[in-house]
Amino acid sequence: MSSTAFSRNESRYFYALLALGVFIVFLGYLGMHTMEEHGHIVSGMNNKVVWGLPHVFAIFMIVAASGVLNIGSIGTVFGQSAYKSRTPLAGIIAIGLLAGGLAVLMLDLGRPDRIIIAATYFNPTSVFAWNIFLYSGFFGLAVVYLWTSMEKRMNVWSKPAGLAMFVWRVILTSGTGLIFAFLVVRQAYASALLPPMFIVLSFAWGMAVFLLVQAAMYAWNCKVIDVGIQNRMKNLLGLFVVSSLYLVAAYHMTNLYFAKQTAFEMFILRDGGIYPTLFWAGYVLIGSLLPMALVYLPGLGGTKSVVTASFLVVVGSFTFLYVFIIGGQAFPLSIFPGYEVSSSFGDGAIGSYVPSLPEALLGMGGLAIAYLITLIGARVFKAMPHDAVIVTSNTPK
Amino acid sequence: MSETELNTQTNLDRRDFLTKSSIGLAGLAIAPGMMLFDLAHGRALNEPVSNKVRWGMLIDNNKCESGCNDCVTACNTENGLSGGTKPTDSQWIRKVQLKDTFTGRISSLPMMCQHCEHPPCVDVCPTQASFKRADGIVLVDKHICIGCRYCVMACPYQARSFVHEVLTDQKPEVPRGKGTVESCTLCVHRIDKGETTACAEACSKAGHNAILFGDLNDPQSEISKRIHAVASTQIRADLGLNTGVRYEGI
Repeated sequence: MSSTAFSRNESRYFYALLALGVFIVFLGYLGMHTMEEHGHIVSGMNNKVVWGLPHVFAIFMIVAASGVLNIGSIGTVFGQSAYKSRTPLAGIIAIGLLAGGLAVLMLDLGRPDRIIIAATYFNPTSVFAWNIFLYSGFFGLAVVYLWTSMEKRMNVWSKPAGLAMFVWRVILTSGTGLIFAFLVVRQAYASALLPPMFIVLSFAWGMAVFLLVQAAMYAWNCKVIDVGIQNRMKNLLGLFVVSSLYLVAAYHMTNLYFAKQTAFEMFILRDGGIYPTLFWAGYVLIGSLLPMALVYLPGLGGTKSVVTASFLVVVGSFTFLYVFIIGGQAFPLSIFPGYEVSSSFGDGAIGSYVPSLPEALLGMGGLAIAYLITLIGARVFKAMPHDAVIVTSNTPK
Repeated sequence: MSETELNTQTNLDRRDFLTKSSIGLAGLAIAPGMMLFDLAHGRALNEPVSNKVRWGMLIDNNKCESGCNDCVTACNTENGLSGGTKPTDSQWIRKVQLKDTFTGRISSLPMMCQHCEHPPCVDVCPTQASFKRADGIVLVDKHICIGCRYCVMACPYQARSFVHEVLTDQKPEVPRGKGTVESCTLCVHRIDKGETTACAEACSKAGHNAILFGDLNDPQSEISKRIHAVASTQIRADLGLNTGVRYEGI
């Protein structure tokens, strides 16, 4: 199809994409409705693995939402002009991802109809309750930040708003890490490394999502991104992926050093069946090493490589979270150290978990919410980044 | 003193004696009941729960019979649980089989909510649905539990269950509900009537007497005396939660 033909029908294509998003949201609704109607019995979750696939989707979106706004921070807080023009798009994606993530998290509750109670009964010692406050604050700040970035008269306030957003993001992602880090009795989670690890993971995941959306928008508008800018962004993606891998390695290495944690590490890294496979093949190889190669190897690093690398980072993030959340719960709690235990409630046994269709649909529905908000937001607010761009004469890539 | 006066005096003395001895007898008859009432710390329903009391249990691992499941059955019957053992079924109490990794000694014990003084489930609950009553019983308010399951993640004893399906035939005194979290209530509805827990009662009936229930704060209670006399341990004492349920013989 020529670019002229594409331009003529652009509006139609937009509505087709919109319809696709709405359809997936509807599928998500069906998944949610089935879970509400029958209870979590229709999910793969049980009393041992109480957080399942919906949490993988939700935490990916929440962490990536924080990371996407890193693009804005680099522009406004650290004054990089190439990133400044990307702040509106980053803000819209961030709001979309957070909305999608929170929707999944809320609709997976045992009693989503009671969500208002989370606001009316506040427990100050609960990191979950802190997060409710942090998420609402994120939305509010993101809107203010977008306003100061997009409205010329408000541009003077853009830097303070960006700084506030930056600080809020660091606290929010730490909060997400703390949800797990505070679980002192779980071998998989009780580590002070988790908050910084989640912050660095958010940089990588957010950058990957942003690069994917950006590539789609440039292709849609029949433009090619400036090579210099693309190189800077892909190098940053590579750096974030390397840093994430380092922190994940440090987390596992510290665990391996503690004798009481060795059994858990052996499970998650070697003997645990699906979990070591997903960790090594999914997160390490597909989600980290291949993207690094695509970004850094001589001869690679073009648009296709960057898009592939970003996609692989997203795939890797899902496998990482699956291992972290579900594998972490499947490993039995150490209630009686020094004893071999068994019971009718699965003491001492590896927990089973098989994801079901309704929960997968709910997760996909959340992603579709993020997609729809980005799709509509980017169009309504004309969030296409403006740099020195070259208009292509042939087909969109 | 005339004879008439003497007779009157005798009559008065007799009456006084009869009155005083009747009161004394009545006192003797009522006192044991009053004493028992006091020992069990039963309270009137309009009286608030007091932190002067701390309910707890001492479980003797040596007396707990490996094949016996009476406490579990009694708990299920008392609280209207199905008794199913699928990973999605609620189990408020379970028998855990233990084998010492080094010595090979085999034993078993009942495991349930340990009613911690510093319960992690209460700390993490976003809505304060998980709460600790003044008398040390850790409960879930079924009206404000949103079903986030963070407490299940935080409990060191895997003592909490999530209601995965629609429930029918519930007991009116034990409210439960689909989509909420639940665990051993220490038979709070029985305690409030001055009774013991269903598991302790069943264990005694079976002749094992492995579960001793009582007030840990009352130095005169049997449980307090025993805790002072024999070595007992808290499970995962390293966590510093000061559990209300203690074990001896492990």
